[in-house]
Amino acid sequence: MTQLTLAKALNAGLRRALADDDKVVLMGEDIGTLGGVFRVTDGLKAEFGGHRVVDSPLSEAGLIGTAVGLAYRGFRPVVEIQFDGFIYPGFDQIVAQVAKLHYRSRGTVKMPITIRVPFGGGIGAAEHHSESPEAYFAHTAGLRVVACSNPADAYLMVRQAIASDDPVLFFEPKRRYHVKGEVDETASLADAPPMGVAATLARGSDVTLVTYGALVQTARDAATAAAEEGISLEVIDLRSLAPIDYAPIEASVRRTGRLVIAHEAGQQGGMGAEIAASITERCFEFLEAAPVRVTGHDIPYPPAKLERHHLPDLDRILDGVDRALGRPNSLSGVEA
Amino acid sequence: MTPSDRDATGLLTRPDPFVQLITPAGDRVRDAVYDPWVADVDLEVLGRLYRDMVVVRRIDTEATALQRQGELGLWPPLAGQEAAQIGSAHALRDDDFVFSSYREHALAWHRKVAPAELLSVWRGTAASGWNPYEHNMAVPQIIIGAQALHATGYAMGLRWEGSDAAAIAYFGDGATSEGDVNEALVFASSFDAPVVFFCQNNQWAISEPVGLQSKQAIARRADGFGMPGLRVDGNDVLAVLAATRFALDRARRGEGPSFIEAVTYRMGPHTTADDPKRYRGDAELAEWRERDPISRVLAYLDGSGVDVAGLEREATAEADRVAAELRAAITTLADPEPLSVFDHVYAEPNSHVERQRTNYARYLALFDEPEERGGAAAAAGPEASGRTEGGAR
Repeated sequence: MTQLTLAKALNAGLRRALADDDKVVLMGEDIGTLGGVFRVTDGLKAEFGGHRVVDSPLSEAGLIGTAVGLAYRGFRPVVEIQFDGFIYPGFDQIVAQVAKLHYRSRGTVKMPITIRVPFGGGIGAAEHHSESPEAYFAHTAGLRVVACSNPADAYLMVRQAIASDDPVLFFEPKRRYHVKGEVDETASLADAPPMGVAATLARGSDVTLVTYGALVQTARDAATAAAEEGISLEVIDLRSLAPIDYAPIEASVRRTGRLVIAHEAGQQGGMGAEIAASITERCFEFLEAAPVRVTGHDIPYPPAKLERHHLPDLDRILDGVDRALGRPNSLSGVEA
Repeated sequence: MTPSDRDATGLLTRPDPFVQLITPAGDRVRDAVYDPWVADVDLEVLGRLYRDMVVVRRIDTEATALQRQGELGLWPPLAGQEAAQIGSAHALRDDDFVFSSYREHALAWHRKVAPAELLSVWRGTAASGWNPYEHNMAVPQIIIGAQALHATGYAMGLRWEGSDAAAIAYFGDGATSEGDVNEALVFASSFDAPVVFFCQNNQWAISEPVGLQSKQAIARRADGFGMPGLRVDGNDVLAVLAATRFALDRARRGEGPSFIEAVTYRMGPHTTADDPKRYRGDAELAEWRERDPISRVLAYLDGSGVDVAGLEREATAEADRVAAELRAAITTLADPEPLSVFDHVYAEPNSHVERQRTNYARYLALFDEPEERGGAAAAAGPEASGRTEGGAR
């Protein structure tokens, strides 16, 4: 076991993928000589050369579109989008090409493309640097969408994403890049849990709390805080947003009867809406209360000095837990 | 053409003229720069190019007829663009990879795509017709210009592998306004990708004239991206062949991408759903008929002493045979199985799609005749429902 930051764990995972398969190529803006603005690809160009770790012109459509062509040729491109809010110029190529080519070609052309996206807020950044666009992609058939939350998962999941024959949107919680955790660099993919499987991180009996990405740590902190008040939270890290691994959520809600979903992205049409609806359909009779969503507001991402009023934090999650439990909360006496 | 139209390498530098080796009247124009690229093209090869153009025009006519008879949902005709497509197709090696739009039927035919594979997507029985790796031709692209980036990425891969094959991207004048095409030109140039950008300027993007896309000859843009821009008479199969060979040779020698503007004309509608009478006049069409890509080759061959009557008979016979194959292929294109809607969404097992497939299979099982389910039956009223009694909820 090694202590690595999440960024270093990704770096180690990418290095391993480059070493294991010479069809793997990394592409992105500033990822070569600079090592990426978050240094996730630090040192990889020097180690593997400019044809394996490619500094690209500043064009997200160009990056994704050429990755499609490379995949046609049998490569496994790993594209870095510099910041979440920069992905939209590449949106058409992702949604109309990457997602659909396997279907369109009746299974003859594989699109094993990994699109890495640092996502989420909390770093005091300028506009377009703190967004959570995952629901757009989870809505798109043909894509897989995952979000890692810790160094150990980051190391394995990025390798699994690259090894997958399906295209994967790989969301990285940028405000957790520098948080350290234990990583087993000898771990083999064969023994690792599949990236499509959710992880139950804390066992609990009162409320099921589901989240992903940067909020996973916040949710664990919330569970610790709730325990001090005698409330037992079960914390589930979704890991995969498309498809969603419902089995552990269903099993948990059948025990707790209460569900809280937290994410930084806005509420409308978000992952929380999908999970709330699906769990209600699947285990309505076990629910003691309506599922609760604790999310970012449905607003453009606000200026840095206001982001703490936008992002769900420990207290807002606990307020949501209180709503699920029918305890006094911010919305007591009003319709949510 | 004056010498000042050319730069030191002999390429055209001024926008308006184009390279023409056979005039509409069938006269051979000598060109010191382009002639060497077609020095091997004798009368027999020209006869074959003529025959190919006759056949693909017939494919087009037949498919349009099949659409009118309700056998195809839609067809985007290529009529008028035979020389641009056959001339460039003839320049390619088998291991070169074609990324086309939806109108390059001549490329598909030239690369031996079967009639049923060509028609299935337009009949709506499949999302695409052929396995790209069996023909080294990607499935057709409908998003305008998107394939230019795919060709560029593929070519970047070829270069990194050390291959001397090339990629070619086909798109129209309208596509040159898309970001994807311009970004492809940047990437191809920066990475010296062995790719040929083949723009068929057919004068119209549905109803929009080319002047709306570009205020100057499109080929001129290439210079800004750092690659040669070749402007050829797209209705002259020999000139197109020469230009494409020039560009492919550059690509194979590691000199990077080239841009070809083949000046041609879309004789028919954008698709069978279009009505060009709403935006262009008969005079223009008549003018372009004078520049027909097929008749000029026949005129040239005639002037060269070839037995053109025999050639015409031969070409017509083959066109008849291919047209009959096309028509016969329709009967092999059965409606696909309902549950195949879920096939190939993902390459690997996917729990979400599998659940929907399972649930829809259960729904279909409510019906005696699955084909009678859903919209059509519902629209016809409850009495038309194909549901079994036992299946009523």
